[in-house]
Amino acid sequence: MGWKQTYLFLFLVICLTALGCSSKSTSRSHSLTIAGSTSVQPFAEKIAEIFMEINPKVVLNVQGGGSTAGIKACREKAAQIGTSSRELRPEECDLTKQIIAKDGIAVIVHPDNPIKNLTIDQLRGIFSGKIRYWSELGWIRKPIFFVNREEGSGTREAFEHLVMKKQEVSDEALVQDSNGSVREIIANNPQAIGYISFGIVNHQVKALSINAIKPTHESIKNGQYALSRPFIFVILGKPEPLTQKFIDFILSKEGQQILEKEGLVGIH
Amino acid sequence: MKEKIVEKILTLLAFSAIGLLLLITIFIFKEGFPVIIKTGLTDFLFSAKWAPTKNHFGILAMIISSLAVTFAAILMGVPLALACAITLAEFCPPRLLVILKPTIELLAGIPSVVYGFLGVILLVPLIRDYLGGPGLSLLAASMILAIMILPTITSISIDALQAVPLLYKEGALAMGATHWQAIRLVLLPAARSGVVTAIILGMARAIGETMAVIMVAGNALKIPVSLIDPVRTLTSTIALEMGYSAGDHRTALFAAGIVLFIFIMALNILANLLMRKK
Repeated sequence: MGWKQTYLFLFLVICLTALGCSSKSTSRSHSLTIAGSTSVQPFAEKIAEIFMEINPKVVLNVQGGGSTAGIKACREKAAQIGTSSRELRPEECDLTKQIIAKDGIAVIVHPDNPIKNLTIDQLRGIFSGKIRYWSELGWIRKPIFFVNREEGSGTREAFEHLVMKKQEVSDEALVQDSNGSVREIIANNPQAIGYISFGIVNHQVKALSINAIKPTHESIKNGQYALSRPFIFVILGKPEPLTQKFIDFILSKEGQQILEKEGLVGIH
Repeated sequence: MKEKIVEKILTLLAFSAIGLLLLITIFIFKEGFPVIIKTGLTDFLFSAKWAPTKNHFGILAMIISSLAVTFAAILMGVPLALACAITLAEFCPPRLLVILKPTIELLAGIPSVVYGFLGVILLVPLIRDYLGGPGLSLLAASMILAIMILPTITSISIDALQAVPLLYKEGALAMGATHWQAIRLVLLPAARSGVVTAIILGMARAIGETMAVIMVAGNALKIPVSLIDPVRTLTSTIALEMGYSAGDHRTALFAAGIVLFIFIMALNILANLLMRKK
């Protein structure tokens, strides 16, 4: 009995080892890990899905984690492609970057909120805690609940850069850790305001005009809409053939069309 | 021979578990200490300004929030849990106990994200509509936690109550005490250390809970002044910012972890001491 079990165990070990080896050898040439910005993630997933349909042998692995983590993962070779939803910092500029699309940051409120337009200054007033009631913007006298993203988020960094300038977001801000959960809060609270990727806006929330410009494909593409940011792929050193193939696919007409259909703004 | 080998293997496994705990401890402290030294312990613990990407590492607001949420949860949860425990241990027919006790313990098996989701969908709008504020609040978080710690406190308290020798109760009843008087004046005092241990373990669970709290607490960094203010606990901060952090920011999160670790260790040691006293 004991011997039988030992043999069975050995057999299993051998099988597993063999499995491990075989998957490893395929992974070397046919798999690609893309990690980084949670804003880029849903779009990268969509593209990856279609890329895998066209190239059935390839396995693309798309992960979140945030821009900083993505760039780090790329540098540490944990991912072949790092994604970022903010410009690279000076110390990150040794990596090769490729802008794949532009994204607007939409300022969103509940559909019941009658306000349609805000200036950047008003927005800064709200998020710095100086404008506290909706009545100051021409609606009812109820407090404004503003929703911020967590420290380190690429969307937050872009928002602070574009809207807050040198001022800080008040510590009274509610904090949520993804576009989706910000949208969820706004959709359930008529007094709340927040910001999310333009591509994530849906019927549950209303995107405001900023400085009288509505966020649309055109206004983001031609730069009229004030709150937009680049989506970037970074790679370390010379890209492997598969990496290059994937980037080429995203930049191709087809790839760009997919991104546009998902709500981003292409670069061509 | 075989006996000896099994014994050795088991010992080895047991020690590897302890070794793991040791490794985790060493790792957290090693990762977190540099930033505490850099900021200075007082600035780290007693400044409420947390902006790690701009080199402000004060966790006072989070410590206060963590403690506030925990104590509010205890205030709401303990009466409920004790009522459950007394009912189940004393008033409930044994056949029903067999069904009810596992049911309450089942509460502990519900994933915390489900509690959080229920909180967001049911509790938060209620608080917003009836009490004001954004709804995502200290109150919402502590109410959810009160339910989450219920099974811990209840089941340990039941054990404590049932461990009191039957003689005590019989003595009290023989002296003419009513059932409730016997419970209040004899059983509960006799089971006190067990009940207090249960409460402390409940606290440890509450202070360490993360997911449900992130979902319903609103996560604002301000020090809360009322129950309907949104709060950010130590655990929420670590979980929220972990994915994005790098450099000193990451270290600061580990440092927040050290504080949390010390809190929970202190609570557990306290619970152990009390249990031994019994």
